[in-house]
Amino acid sequence: MQPIYDWFRDFYERTGINLTFIYDDFDRARMIRGFFLTLDLAVITIILSVLIGIAGAWLQGSRFVWIRRVIAGFISFFRNTPPLVQIYFFYFGLGYLLPRVPDGSGGMIPMVSNLQWAIISLSLFAGAFNIEIFRSGIEAIPRSTVEAATSFGLTRWQIYRLVILPMAVRVCLPALGNNLVNLVKTTNLAYAIAVPELLYVSKQIWSDATNVREMMLFVLFAYLCLVFALVALLNAVERRLAIPGFGQQGGH
Amino acid sequence: MLRYRDAFTLPASPSPRLRGEGTRRRPTIGRAALLFTLVVGATTTAALAQQPHMVKATALEVLARWAPLLLWGFGFNILISVMAMGIGTAAGVPVGIGQLSRVLPVRIPARVVTQFFRNSPWLVLLFLCVLLLPFEIRAFGLRIPFPDWAKATLGFALPVMANTSEITRGAIQSVPSGQWDSALALGLTRRQSLYLVILPQCVKRMLPPWMNLYSLITMSTVNASVVGVSEMITLTSQVHAAEGSRPELLAPLYAFALVCFFIYCYPIGKWTQALERRYQLS
Repeated sequence: MQPIYDWFRDFYERTGINLTFIYDDFDRARMIRGFFLTLDLAVITIILSVLIGIAGAWLQGSRFVWIRRVIAGFISFFRNTPPLVQIYFFYFGLGYLLPRVPDGSGGMIPMVSNLQWAIISLSLFAGAFNIEIFRSGIEAIPRSTVEAATSFGLTRWQIYRLVILPMAVRVCLPALGNNLVNLVKTTNLAYAIAVPELLYVSKQIWSDATNVREMMLFVLFAYLCLVFALVALLNAVERRLAIPGFGQQGGH
Repeated sequence: MLRYRDAFTLPASPSPRLRGEGTRRRPTIGRAALLFTLVVGATTTAALAQQPHMVKATALEVLARWAPLLLWGFGFNILISVMAMGIGTAAGVPVGIGQLSRVLPVRIPARVVTQFFRNSPWLVLLFLCVLLLPFEIRAFGLRIPFPDWAKATLGFALPVMANTSEITRGAIQSVPSGQWDSALALGLTRRQSLYLVILPQCVKRMLPPWMNLYSLITMSTVNASVVGVSEMITLTSQVHAAEGSRPELLAPLYAFALVCFFIYCYPIGKWTQALERRYQLS
């Protein structure tokens, strides 16, 4: 690898384009850590938000009006307030109200770390949108299908798991994909509470090496790669789940 | 405006749809207000409980004292969102039409620009504009200052442009092709059919997603605080510092910001849903 590093160091001297995160060991190490943290953040929040969406859509069909109201309130709260302020509110506001716990070496640390708060608030934010998306998918399923399942003697949960959800997922996959792409783009709000993810690390590097322009373009490029990878994955899932004669065929 | 049209065209008794909307709206707003009273109340009392000996101002006193400043900051957020939306839409509609052009050198750049800015994180675009644009523009011997908030507005206008472009393209493509055929049959050119027949029909289809986009951009204007524009969240942290940086004030202060945005964005969301339902049926 050394020749490559040397080439980029030389490249900087010749052109003034300073890609420290390639040739500098320290910058490279933290950039790799930052990139993988963004990846972790994206994967974990995607999984959690989809679970929240599935559970929330299930609860929205509840017989109890108060459960439905709580879910509706949850959705309107997270849909209509800025995600950045949500993160601040959780991390600074609620984080202060929670007790501190011993860190095992004599000190006291907050019960929930900044990374954990970022995961929680981003999952809740995207989850609120996912509930609505799953619900629109569920509403698209004909009543008669549910009635047919009922006449088989399936329980409510069995109907949801075996009949409604598999069909609803296929109906709402495009909208779900859009929201998950948005979620990946939103993970960098964790920057604001000093989670050392891609954008935060880049900011550290450009503060040290004053190569704002190069870092900026690289970050943009890295996020575009992540987003296009996710889009490709979602398209593959959509193709794999496709059932002949169901859902949009050749719509594009 | 839409309501008046209904009043003229509909018979004296309102349709079940309108009646249903009217009766459903009240409880949801009531519920939302209740929820928020609960949030603010719970956080402020929790904050008070942490500080039993109140020699310093309580959270409510602090909020009352600084509310005018914070609301001024909120107004600045709205101003940025409106300007970003205006610039972004003015640029996005032509780009969206360009995406469907038959001329390859127009179509390809329009698609590339749209996909690029649509898939970039908004915060990164904001950084890009604030850090890389010059702080003043020199033209014809004039020095035009280019302050941070103006750069931030451009940073928000870029994703608006890309999303409006997609909305425009989607709306044009969703017009039944029979409309194009009949316009051509009337002897209109392709350009005339677009401007006289297709685009007027698109406005209706574009309105709900466009309003959704506005709501999203309004909520992301707080991102400007990360780059130091003095909008509501920046002012919130300054207020917090001015009150002695007491950590128990953070929850109520941020809750206040959440409430402001909720009160502004919630009706927009409801209105969007109502429009969606209305246009689906007609």
